[in-house]
Amino acid sequence: MNRAVLEIDSRVGNVSLARVAAATFIAPLDPDVTELSDMKTAVSEAVTNAIIHGYGGIEGNTVRMTLTLDGRLLTVEVTDNGIGITDIACAREPLFTTLPELERSGLGFTVMESFMDTVDVISTPKVGTTVTMTKEIKIIEAADGHESLRDSSLA
Amino acid sequence: MAGMDIYEKVLVVSPAVEIDAHSAERLRFSVDAAFENSPCVNIVFDLSKVGFMDSSGIGLLIGRYKQAEKRGGCLALAGMNNEMARLYTISGLAKIVKNFPSLNEAISALRGGAK
Repeated sequence: MNRAVLEIDSRVGNVSLARVAAATFIAPLDPDVTELSDMKTAVSEAVTNAIIHGYGGIEGNTVRMTLTLDGRLLTVEVTDNGIGITDIACAREPLFTTLPELERSGLGFTVMESFMDTVDVISTPKVGTTVTMTKEIKIIEAADGHESLRDSSLA
Repeated sequence: MAGMDIYEKVLVVSPAVEIDAHSAERLRFSVDAAFENSPCVNIVFDLSKVGFMDSSGIGLLIGRYKQAEKRGGCLALAGMNNEMARLYTISGLAKIVKNFPSLNEAISALRGGAK
C-alpha cells in the first residue's frame, strides 16, 4: 500500500499540479496512455469542481487530494470544505451546471464516471464535499505474452 | 498561449497549452477578442499541440461554436489526439462540431461552406 496527500490552495492554476502529482504517483505501475489520460482528466474535473463550485472560485481555501495505491487499485479522494452539494443526483446529471455564464459544460461528473471505475460523492451543505474515485490500473501484456511490470514492489 | 491566424474568413486558433479551467478562461477572452475584431465568420481550433484537455475545454469549444453561429459561420476542430477524441465523443460535442485529421482539411471544408 502506498499513499500520498496533496493540499493545494483553491485556485484553478493549481489544478495542473494535482494532475501531475496523480500521474507521477501511478507512474511506477506503467499505466498505458489511455489510463493515464483518463485518470488525469478525472482528477482535473474533481479538483476543478472543488475550487469552482465548492469554494465559488475564491482563493485562500484548501483542497485536499489523497492518493492511495493498493496493489493496482488506485483510489483518489478529493475533499473541500466549501458550500457542499444540495442535490447530488442532480449535480451528477450530464450537462447540469450552476455556472453556465462561466461556460461550465456541466460534464464534470459525467467525465469522472466515464473515465474511472467508480465514483462516490459525499456532501453536506455548508460543510463540504468528498469525491472518491477508483480505477484499476491494468497490466500491459507485451507482444511475447509476458506481463509488463516495471516495478511491482512499488504498488 | 495560442497562435491565431486568419485565412480568408476563418480564424485559426492554435493553442499550445493543456486546456483546463485555468487556461480555458484565458483562451476564451483572447479568442473572442480576436474574433470580434476580425471579419471572420468561422473558427478552427487546431488541437495538434494540445496534450491534455478536460471538460473546461468542451465548455470553451461550445462557447466558440455559439460565437461563430451568431455570425452565420461554424466551428471546426483539427488534429485532436485519441484521448481528446474520447472526451469529444462522450461530451456530445461530436454531434455538432466536426473534427478533421488536419488543419488544412478543416480550413478547406469551412471555405467550401461545410457545416
